[in-house]
This record gives sequence, structure tokens and C-alpha cells, in this order.
Amino acid sequence: MTALLSLQNVSKRFRGLVAVDQVSFDVPEGMIYAVIGPNGAGKTTLFNLIAGAMVPDAGSITFAGARIDCLSADAVCRRGLARTFQLVRPFPALTVEDNVVVGALLHRRDVASARERAHDLLRRLDLSDKRGQIAATLTLPDRKRLEVARALATEPKILLLDEVMAGLRPTETDRMVAILRELNRKSGLTILLIEHVMRAVMALASHVVVLDHGTMIAQGAPDVVVRDPAVVQSYLGAEAG
Amino acid sequence: MIASAIAWLDLSPRAMLFLVLLGAVLLIAPFIANDYLLTVLILILYFAYVGQAWNIMMGFAGQLSLGHALYVGLGAYVSAVLFTRYGVGPWIGVLPAMATAVTCGAAIGFLAFRFRVAGVYFAILTIAFAEFARIGFDHLDFVNASAGLFLPVAQYAHNDLWRLRGSPAMFYYVILAATVLALLICRLLLRSRIGYLWLAIREDEVAARAAGIATFRYKMYAVMISAAVTSFAGVFYAFFYNNLFPEQVFNISRSIEIILGTIIGGIGTLFGPILGAFVLTGLAEALNSAMGHFGLDLPGAKQVFYGICLLLVVMARPHGLWPWLAQRIGVAEPRK
Repeated sequence: MTALLSLQNVSKRFRGLVAVDQVSFDVPEGMIYAVIGPNGAGKTTLFNLIAGAMVPDAGSITFAGARIDCLSADAVCRRGLARTFQLVRPFPALTVEDNVVVGALLHRRDVASARERAHDLLRRLDLSDKRGQIAATLTLPDRKRLEVARALATEPKILLLDEVMAGLRPTETDRMVAILRELNRKSGLTILLIEHVMRAVMALASHVVVLDHGTMIAQGAPDVVVRDPAVVQSYLGAEAG
Repeated sequence: MIASAIAWLDLSPRAMLFLVLLGAVLLIAPFIANDYLLTVLILILYFAYVGQAWNIMMGFAGQLSLGHALYVGLGAYVSAVLFTRYGVGPWIGVLPAMATAVTCGAAIGFLAFRFRVAGVYFAILTIAFAEFARIGFDHLDFVNASAGLFLPVAQYAHNDLWRLRGSPAMFYYVILAATVLALLICRLLLRSRIGYLWLAIREDEVAARAAGIATFRYKMYAVMISAAVTSFAGVFYAFFYNNLFPEQVFNISRSIEIILGTIIGGIGTLFGPILGAFVLTGLAEALNSAMGHFGLDLPGAKQVFYGICLLLVVMARPHGLWPWLAQRIGVAEPRK
């Protein structure tokens, strides 16, 4: 299997702090990968580097065969890499539907067909009945789903999800897991997710990358990784013990 | 064709009725209004027009310009110089006038957006460029510097629309047509692809970039389109008032006057700038004439009045009068 996304020795420093330290891994096409690790491990920084929101100090990021580490966030998205934000950022004054229309307009010239695509996605993410609402009035779980819908509207090859399960109730988590799994299975969408909710990670990911203090301390199949002593000690701790 | 135009407007029957009534009143106004009232109406429509032009940049794309007098002034000076020195009429002169304004807007936009000058700093940059122009034109002998540029005024036997020489009624219809045209342009922009991308940028630029929007390019479009639309107001200004002084046209208070009506009417709405112009300019002129009636002469009373209006609206209706009024009379625009 060829790697859709490939990181080679990617590093990022903030003044003295090394946020991401020589991280390398490949995400093959059609797979669901998860990045886990304690708070401050550098997960979101890693996402910002991949998505073009930040430029790495060293290393290279290749997506679909081309280097993307020098591209801006919008250029990266146009190549087919969409992301959500850990602290959700919907367009607050726009309706739920218009939020998704904006995403769909990336590859569509006319608003009517973008609207059609938005309807389709809102249905898939259980937001159809709220499509006329102003995004600012949504509850957190709905906003998280809206983020996913808007990202999907840009027709990505890979979706980067930054803690979309955080703050959801277990039933809502299961629903999100089901939605993501269906997207992956039906349209072959590759997914890379940062997640703290281990229940979701175990249910979704076929491969887990573990970060701690910016370094990758383990990677592999989820059931193997969660038994790794280094991972247990640095991250899972009492929860796994 | 009229049927399709109505369908395109996509208005409720009630909104349509209001629009028809308003249109009828505005169309016959010159026949019933005296010269003074007509001049006030011209002033109102002038502010409704420039307010809409500014709204494209701030209300749609979220880029705060406090220097729109620059584009008015450039439009005025370019068309006036062409007319007085080379005999080029305003409808030809408007093209180089627009081109000049667009070029300046593009230069400011490029500097700001390329070097990530945003928010308050962007607003200060727009003030700075308007001030450069004011001081520059004040020393530019080619346009008579601070002595001012005058268009020949004579008694005209008939209205010469082609050369924009004639009675207030003619100017009234010109600015009325321009205001309606601006409204149609704004509506077209807001409902098309570019409008959605602008709103996304206005709401959250980081999220807009993450959704693949080339924010630099679309912000540039916003500045350039806004500058082009604004510059026609300058052409109108020059030919209506027949005199131009850099100290007046480029003054920062002009830039503030341009935006007040829109803030009061509702930033980012289609009818807000128009309503705001009627309310603000209408009341200010009423105040002026009332004070004149009682023999009061208080310099700065208008500015104080503007300040009070702004204060009241910001406190009571922060989204402007139009969204509130539209709700009350049942013609609300779909929220954008």
C-alpha cells in the first residue's frame, strides 16, 4: 500500500521548547490512524504542521506524492487535506447550512450545487433538522459535527480530526464513530485523528501513533500499543492499570 | 423579463410592496419636493451609495476601512481634472477614475494582506493612506493644490446628462439610479460564490483558510470592488459640488461620515446602509434646519448629533436598525 501522507523527521520548536521532535510515520490510503498522547505532547502542533497552519523547522511532509510542508493552509486544503479544530471554529453568524456551503464551494462554482452537496452532508451527519440555525446557537456536539461536515464538504482525500469526540457523551461518541467508519468504508476516506477518548480510538483506528514530549514513543496496532510499557507509563497510566 | 427580475429578487410579497411604494415615492420626489428638500435627498442617497460601497469591504469581507475618503477623493479629482483640462466628460472620466481608485486599493490591500496587517492596524493603514493623499494633493500644483479645483458653473438652459451639467433634479436621478444599481450589485455579490467566501473570511479567517479559501485573493477582490464602487461617488461629488479641496474631500471626517450610516443601519446587511443614510442624514439635516429656524448657530452640532446617534444604536441595537426594523415589518433578510 502506498502512503498517502508521509512525515519524515518533522520537528517544530517554539523558542526553547521542542514541541514536535523528529516525528516520522506514514499513513496509507484508505486507513484510519490515530495520534494519542498526554496533554502537551505536541499532537495539535503536529496537525498544524501537516495542515499548513505552521511551517516545520525541519523534516518533510509529503501528501499524495508531493511536498506540502511549504504550502499555506488553504493550498493544503485545495490539495485534498481537510482538518477540524480542537476548539471548534464554525463561522458563527452563518447558518449551519451556509457553513457547509462555504466548504462545498471549494470545488464548485455555483452556489446551487454546493447547497445540494451541503444538504447531503448535513443528512449524513444528522444535522439536517438544524440546517437553518445560526451556527453560534448550536450545542458543542452539534458544532463538532458541523466542523466535520464543513471539512468533508471540501472533498478531501484525507481528513484530520482534532479531538472531535472530546466533550461528547458515550452515545454521541458511538454515533460519531459510526459516521466516521461509514465514511471510511463507503468512500475510502483516509482519516488521521487526534483523540483522548480511548473507546473511540480502539473502535476506529487500525494503527496508533503515540507522542510524548514531542517524540514518537510507540506506534502500531491499537491493542499492542496500549500494552506497551512506555505508553502505559507516560499516558494511559492508572486508566490502563 | 420583469417577472424574472422579480423572481430573481426573491422577496416576500410584503417586501415587494414596500419596495414598490418606496420606489414610487423616490421617483416622483423631484416633482413634489422643493430645492432644499431635494438637496437633502441627494445627500441621503449619496451616503446610501457610499455606505453600500464601504459595506462590501467591511460588512461582507470583514475588512475595516477608515479611509474610504481616499477613493471618493481620487474619483473626484481624476474625473474633475480630465473634465476641466481635457474636456473629457464624466461618463468617460469615471473609467480612469475607477482604475486609479482600484489601483490604490490594490496597493493598500497588497501591503496589508501580504504582510499580515489586520484588524485595527489595517484600519490605521487605511487612514494613513487617505492622509497621504490629503497632504499630497494639498501640495500638488497640477490640481491647484490647496487653492482647490473648480468646475465651470454656468446657467444651463437644459440638463446635459452626458456632461453632468444641469439641475438638482438631474443629479437626484443619477444618484438614485446609482444607489439602486449598487444595491443590485451588492445583492448579486452576496448571493454568489464570492459572497459566501467573503462571509467566511469575515467570520473566521483561520477557519476560512482551513476550508481552502485563498483569503489573500478574496480580500483583494473586496478592496478593489469596494474602491471601484466608491470612486463613482467621487465623480458625482465633483460634478455636483463643482469644487474640490484636498482638505475637504480627503479629510478623515469624510471617511467617518461614509461609515456612520451603515453602522447605524446595519453592517453586512443589504438595506442597512440605505436605511442608515435616511435616518442619520435625514435627522441631521432636520436638526440643521430647525436650528436655522430658531436662529441658532452651533458649530459642531452635527458631529455631536452623529455621536449621540452612534451611541444610542451601539447600545440599543448593536446589529443596526435594519435587522430590527425588518423583523418588525416582516421583511427580514435571510440572516447572513
